[in-house]
Amino acid sequence: MFGRGLQTLSIASVVLVTGAFALVFLYAPNDADQGFVQKIFYLHVPLAIVALGGFVDGGVFAIQYLRTGDRGHDLRSYVAIHLSLILGLGVLATGSIWAKASWGAWWVWDEPTLVSFLIVFLLFACYQPLRFSIDDPERQARYAAVFAIIGGAFVPLNFLAVRLAESLIHPRVLSTTGGSMPGEMRLTFLVSTVAMVCLFVTLWKYELASKHASMRLRALKRALAGDDAAGPLARTAAPTQI
Amino acid sequence: MAGAAPTAEARAAEAPRDHAGGGFASAVSALVRKDLRLELRTRESVPAMFLFSLSTFVLFRFGLDRESLEGDLASGVLWVTLLFAAVLGMNRLFVAEREEGGFDAFLLAPVDRTSLFVAKAAVLFGFLVAVEVAAIPAFAVLLLGPSPFQALPGLLAILLLADVGIAVIGTLVGALAIQTRARDLIVPLISLPLVLPVVIAAGHATAPLFAEAGAEALPARWLGVLGLYDLVFGLLALAVFDFLLED
Amino acid sequence: MPALPLDEAGPYVAGAYLVFLALILIYVAIMASKLVRIERELVELADHVEGRRAAAASAEETHQAEVSEAVPR
Repeated sequence: MFGRGLQTLSIASVVLVTGAFALVFLYAPNDADQGFVQKIFYLHVPLAIVALGGFVDGGVFAIQYLRTGDRGHDLRSYVAIHLSLILGLGVLATGSIWAKASWGAWWVWDEPTLVSFLIVFLLFACYQPLRFSIDDPERQARYAAVFAIIGGAFVPLNFLAVRLAESLIHPRVLSTTGGSMPGEMRLTFLVSTVAMVCLFVTLWKYELASKHASMRLRALKRALAGDDAAGPLARTAAPTQI
Repeated sequence: MAGAAPTAEARAAEAPRDHAGGGFASAVSALVRKDLRLELRTRESVPAMFLFSLSTFVLFRFGLDRESLEGDLASGVLWVTLLFAAVLGMNRLFVAEREEGGFDAFLLAPVDRTSLFVAKAAVLFGFLVAVEVAAIPAFAVLLLGPSPFQALPGLLAILLLADVGIAVIGTLVGALAIQTRARDLIVPLISLPLVLPVVIAAGHATAPLFAEAGAEALPARWLGVLGLYDLVFGLLALAVFDFLLED
Repeated sequence: MPALPLDEAGPYVAGAYLVFLALILIYVAIMASKLVRIERELVELADHVEGRRAAAASAEETHQAEVSEAVPR
């Protein structure tokens, strides 16, 4: 059962996200350098951490799938990566808005986290097209798992390489108060990150339960109403069977 | 041409029965020899990769509106060109196996499946080296401002390490893409982000070698990054490649 | 660039948080349409099973009627 614990998680998400936003706007002090614009930091960075974690998670579940052959792990891997891609769009959008507000341009190459995130995003954007281009479901799951493992290993390496390339000459553009954060900011950031993690897990379980329900319904239809009732499956990137 | 493949495969199948301990090495060498022989006869990949590099140099000359490059601009142009040529090689790497049924023949042979990965990566590495032997002098003649001779030893070290990384990624991506419907699209889309750390490291390492005033010292830390990348992805590829070959 | 004053910075911050909200809500909307489809198919399936059971029950009744008619002869 994929939906186990979903209710508690969603309530926790509501509490944490609302609490985090309240802290951001009512508790955390304004940044000395960037002023009010710095508030985007509490949204952008936790979102990025969670998205990158989701990509690595997809790789971990892919390893589980290759080891055990349990298609449930393939579904978990797929949904994690899919969700991280959506959040990744948010990371890039909020990062761009932050860059425009504090540096005057819609994109800055000087911010290594943003640049390495773009590269990771470009890589994982190929995940669904790759799945879609393989017809056989078992092979699709297997190749997607190999790709997810490579991608998951790529995340830290890429981050290291980009950071090395930038650090010496260009100062960090989107950092806060010259690097050291006062306690209130630190707490707000921590709560925001935990809230994002909770939200990610909630949405992940939500989608897992929904996909699982569709699959079982389809199987039930085929069992009760005959093979014709279910109709032929269209080609899809998502896993269709557990 | 079709006759050469089965006999080499058959020899690869017989080799482990002859030498118990050298099964892996002889399988790898048999596969490498087959591919090299194929390339020498058909002359498909390497000349195409070299010609493509030349065209790209000309493209850059006009695209950048510059006749002479130095420093990080020269380094960037060289590495981007080598990368695009490598993508051509990746596309062709498993085509013969796919079309002539070589995968099935290989799977039937009692050899370690990782030997195919090592062999193909070695072949791609060899192709890259062959292309570079011709393309670097061409680059020095066509576009490079400062003299290349001072840069040569450092450049050799960077090329070797970077080529290993590109070969590992190229073999993985080639094997991944060969079974999909959109092979020609998947290979560049997936391989370019994966190879980006190599380009970053190699580009940064090569830039001081092409300095206007004469080659400066090679920044060793980028060699370290290249080495780390090769190690991590090499080990990962060895672990994961088997799953791409199952039927 | 010096820090933007509050009235200029406001729209940017609002924009960023609105992007986040929009993403979440679009996700909810897509999930909702999937749920609607699941519900519709489930209802169809339940009706189908109900129809089959009703047909089987009426077939059983007519069979019983035939059997009881056949007995007196």
